[in-house]
Amino acid sequence: MKASVIVFPGSNCDRDVQVALTDSMGRPPEMVWHGDSELPAADLIVLPGGFSYGDYLRSGAMAANSPVMREVVDRAQKGVPVLGICNGFQTLTETGLLPGVLMRNANLKFVCKDVTVRVETSQTVFTCGYEAGQTVRIPIAHHDGNYYADDDLLDRLEGEGRVAFRYTDPEGAETEAANPNGSARNIAGVFNESKTVLGLMPHPERLADPALGGSDGKALFDGLVEALG
Amino acid sequence: MSASAAEHEGRITPALVAEHGFTDGEYRKILEILGREPNLTELGIYSVMWSEHCSYKSSKTWLRKLPTEAPWVIQGPGENAGVVDIGDGLACVFKMESHNHPSFIEPYQGAATGVGGILRDVFTMGARPVANLNALRFGSPDHPKTRHLVAGVVAGIGGYGNCVGIPTVAGEVNFHPAYNGNILVNAMTVGVAAKDRIFYSAAAGVGNPVVYVGAKTGRDGIHGATMASAEFAEDSEEKRPTVQVGDPFTEKLLLEACLELMATDAIVAIQDMGAAGLTSSSVEMSSKGGVGIALDLDKVPVRETGMTPYEIMLSESQERMLMVLRPGREDTARRVFEKWELDFAVIGEITDTGRLVLRAGGAVVADLEVEPLVANAPEYDRPWTPSPPRAEVQAADVPAPGDPADALLTLLASPDLCSRRWVWEQYDHMVMADTVVRPGADAAVVRIHGSRRGLAVTTDCTPRYCVADPVQGGRQAVAEAWRNLTALGARPLAVTDNMNFGNPERPPVMGQFAGCIEGMAEACRTLDFPVVSGNVSFYNETNGQGILPTPAIGGVGLIDDIETIPATGFQAPDEAILLIGDGHGWLGASLFLRELRGREDGAPPPVDLDAERRAGDLVRGLVRDGLVSACHDLSDGGLYVALAEMVIAGQTGARIEAQPEIPLHAWLFGEDQGRYLLATARPEAVLEAARAVKVNARQIGRTWDGERGERPLTAPGARPISQKELRDTHERWLPQYMERP
Repeated sequence: MKASVIVFPGSNCDRDVQVALTDSMGRPPEMVWHGDSELPAADLIVLPGGFSYGDYLRSGAMAANSPVMREVVDRAQKGVPVLGICNGFQTLTETGLLPGVLMRNANLKFVCKDVTVRVETSQTVFTCGYEAGQTVRIPIAHHDGNYYADDDLLDRLEGEGRVAFRYTDPEGAETEAANPNGSARNIAGVFNESKTVLGLMPHPERLADPALGGSDGKALFDGLVEALG
Repeated sequence: MSASAAEHEGRITPALVAEHGFTDGEYRKILEILGREPNLTELGIYSVMWSEHCSYKSSKTWLRKLPTEAPWVIQGPGENAGVVDIGDGLACVFKMESHNHPSFIEPYQGAATGVGGILRDVFTMGARPVANLNALRFGSPDHPKTRHLVAGVVAGIGGYGNCVGIPTVAGEVNFHPAYNGNILVNAMTVGVAAKDRIFYSAAAGVGNPVVYVGAKTGRDGIHGATMASAEFAEDSEEKRPTVQVGDPFTEKLLLEACLELMATDAIVAIQDMGAAGLTSSSVEMSSKGGVGIALDLDKVPVRETGMTPYEIMLSESQERMLMVLRPGREDTARRVFEKWELDFAVIGEITDTGRLVLRAGGAVVADLEVEPLVANAPEYDRPWTPSPPRAEVQAADVPAPGDPADALLTLLASPDLCSRRWVWEQYDHMVMADTVVRPGADAAVVRIHGSRRGLAVTTDCTPRYCVADPVQGGRQAVAEAWRNLTALGARPLAVTDNMNFGNPERPPVMGQFAGCIEGMAEACRTLDFPVVSGNVSFYNETNGQGILPTPAIGGVGLIDDIETIPATGFQAPDEAILLIGDGHGWLGASLFLRELRGREDGAPPPVDLDAERRAGDLVRGLVRDGLVSACHDLSDGGLYVALAEMVIAGQTGARIEAQPEIPLHAWLFGEDQGRYLLATARPEAVLEAARAVKVNARQIGRTWDGERGERPLTAPGARPISQKELRDTHERWLPQYMERP
């Protein structure tokens, strides 16, 4: 598998995902500066977390209009898997590759902590390392993670199996207390129609190493390597 | 000030001299040095260079008493940050600095720019920042401003550090009415650099270009350094325009651009523009290098038109750096900064005149000899009176609580002891994916990237001890930092100090300062824990009301193998719980006395530094030998609180069976120093090791899950408290306080 990580001015989880990918792939991904003229051929494109362009205007809004994103959107439409983590998820919604928006957290505060999320499907390249219904512990760290879409869209996403992860309690129940940011229907991550694009607020790269206190995030990267060769 | 200053352009009146914070004597000295009257720009330059904040004129004499050397110290105080050798060709670069005055006036921006400033101090030396810490002191929870200040400061620290992408991993928060009018915001950054790639600020090379990079210069923060060198009065809010505004996105770009350029050989010297901006950076760089510097202010990137030389030189706009480059490397540097979309301008050159010469509009607007700005800065040996000694508090004179369990719960829910989760969940403490011990433990640990080694980091100070007895308080602040690092098995390396005090012109305040320095110096010496960087913040007074003396200590230690770090909480049932160190039931200046008996009197617990050293060296050895499954030091609240914290953080409860030989409440709540709690499966081995080095150790109980699996803490004479009740109580106060309508 060849992977490319797009680095924007203000990305700050690029190295973290680079380490996690390297660990799972056995070799490092390509780090692509947003201003580089060419996007190398890759089996996976990753938009990392951080504060691209300082999150000025709106989280992810400026990155979505960065020249490199035209190429990313084009590849995504051709079926190349694209993974957006946190700020990457925000950017993907801004490009329209993923539906819905990420609003300011319901309590208006930045939040950094481990949360439990339930894996809704294992039938994708991103989640094949998990069992459907499995709960995993993964950290979040964001100010704008409150997923919103109108009820029709939410119904459609659910009907098409496009909800990737939901915030739950450790037993897998979707409670209000387990929802860290006010997201509609406790949604933590969603797919595009073909399930080749995933955006999620939690940071799997931050718990992909037992030395950091857990490795539930590692299965996502291992699963990608398994699925994409 | 700048507006009125502009009106006076050309005429130096006594009022203007006073407005710039000079005494008559200081101004006479300037006239002597110059042999003429300064112009306004020159007066402004002198005023910031000779301010307390930049010149350390009241503290210098005393700071010399602190030990600053050890075989592993690469750079002690005097540079942008301290540097210690951490092996494998790497160095750790760190410093703590205050942003107290701005944070009181505008908490979000004041705290945010405090973080920005200390980050720059570290990366200007070639280090990549790997951890942020902060030591915060607020007024009484009942004071009408406190909630607003807590919310703003925490959001500001998070807003800046989170965006730059440096984890904020540790710190401390205290509340006391003495901080009602002067909160303390001390920010610390720890970075890692290649040992042979440290960058310094001494300018060199006549003819070398002087380069300005980063953000543009605006009118913000003019006279911040002078503001930090005077007391507040009722009108402090009117000083809001002197608080700078931070842009963490630009800081992130500046960080990456500087580190990218530092990988080449282009840079001769570099310094960030912090307090007193372009003035202090240009003066300090030329002074350290023994050279002159000529700047063309027309070339400085500015945010608005019509800025005077005075404003350009005194602006404290953030996210700026000054560099001296090797000749011919301008294009290399320009390309890097253009890639990161930052301003880059050659604004002058190094000269052999020993003078700071500023030009604007084709004319010379300032021409000052550099050396006197630094070397001839006033130095005061201010009169001081020692703090009067306090009587010891006898346990027999302190009423015991009915059920100690209730007293424990009161303490756990008190503002100074409750969980700080509400604070650190607003800080990204995991970015960079190397945080192996998260906030909430004795110290945090960040892994040295790509290795199995770690840096343990902590900040500590107990101001109520410092006010009770500055010498013991100074010792205790250093000893507690050392102890917190030791509890994780780290070898303590060095400290940075952030000395927060009231008005040094008042002899009792100067006495507190002198006492704290004396105690710190003794502790640093005995514990081989030198001071490598620091900052002094005086004039923390409002309307003559000073703060508690607060010498905040930031400590850094090295862990050879992160796998050996013991947990803070009890891990498994049926292990022995051992108490290391001597306890006599010292209740003076304790939290029990304050929170349960409403008294703040009494001498604080003495710190026996030799015993401290022996106990710590023992514990560190036990940890490294793998004998310890959990370890925690005893501090605020004493033994009972430490036990509760180990149950709260752990997987099991604790049953204490020992019968004390002193009054029970003194045994449970006394704050005797130099003590640790350990859990071990091999108590005999621990006790034998302790005997060998003459450290008092005793088994006081065992871990257990309780009869119904409620993981309780049971102590003699007290009802059992379940782990859930302990946790709920500990977590309750801060969110309730902050989020009540």
